[in-house]
Amino acid sequence: MEKAIPPKKKASVDQRTCVACGCCIKVCPKNAIKIIFGLFARIDPVKCVGCGLCAKECPASIIKISEVHV
Amino acid sequence: MKRKKHWYDYLWIVSLCYLMLGFLNILFAWLGLLCFFIPLLISIIGGNKIYCNRYCGRGQLFSLLGGRFGLSRKKDVPNFLKSKWFRYGFLIFFFMMFFQMLWTTWLVFEGSSNLKEFVTLLWTFKLPWNWAYHSTTVAPWIAQFAFGFYSVMLTSTILGLVTMVLFKPRSWCVYCPMGSMTQLICRVRNSKSCSAKMDSFSCSKGSISS
Repeated sequence: MEKAIPPKKKASVDQRTCVACGCCIKVCPKNAIKIIFGLFARIDPVKCVGCGLCAKECPASIIKISEVHV
Repeated sequence: MKRKKHWYDYLWIVSLCYLMLGFLNILFAWLGLLCFFIPLLISIIGGNKIYCNRYCGRGQLFSLLGGRFGLSRKKDVPNFLKSKWFRYGFLIFFFMMFFQMLWTTWLVFEGSSNLKEFVTLLWTFKLPWNWAYHSTTVAPWIAQFAFGFYSVMLTSTILGLVTMVLFKPRSWCVYCPMGSMTQLICRVRNSKSCSAKMDSFSCSKGSISS
């Protein structure tokens, strides 16, 4: 019987409410976050391991960790 | 993975020193103008928020007190606090208070008003601060500006500390007037380059990472 691949977790940012403070960058262990044009944070889904540190740190709590099926 | 520390990770010391110096000699308040002009110039010239992202000593101070020292409940900020209405409304309010402070300075400069040796907290409470003013060698308007500016800095620090304790350590960043203003400048400056690319990865020019 084939083993089911467990879903991976990834972080995503609500770009409309992001204040671009950059708190998330400092805690990301994978260097997966960038602030784009001083407007919002963007997370590289390839680098993100879904650890949730950024979501915990975000002062506006607008980073969500969700399961992604690959 | 432990992140390598840089010199700019210690700017919280500068912020702390600034707050303490205001208790010793109010004229040091003038140095706070750096916290106004540096982020503004960075956003106007560079089109980014690297000041907030890296160099904001106040943010680092809240991070340290709320994070490492555990002086924060680490709860989510209420939704209204992160709404555009509140953020930009607070920015306008802050500016109105700032211009009122400049007006008071102007009145002292003109000579139609006397120097008031007070620090006004939360735009309401006047605290006698004459013990931090020893100079008679500077013009009264220079001292008046210092009292007014230190009031702004101390008031925003207190608001930041209150929201740090109640919510997340850097909750101040959500409604910081300087942060809102620099983001607004970045929005205007980069509107052409980035608006169409919000969700595309090609929009990487002008990005900041650690």
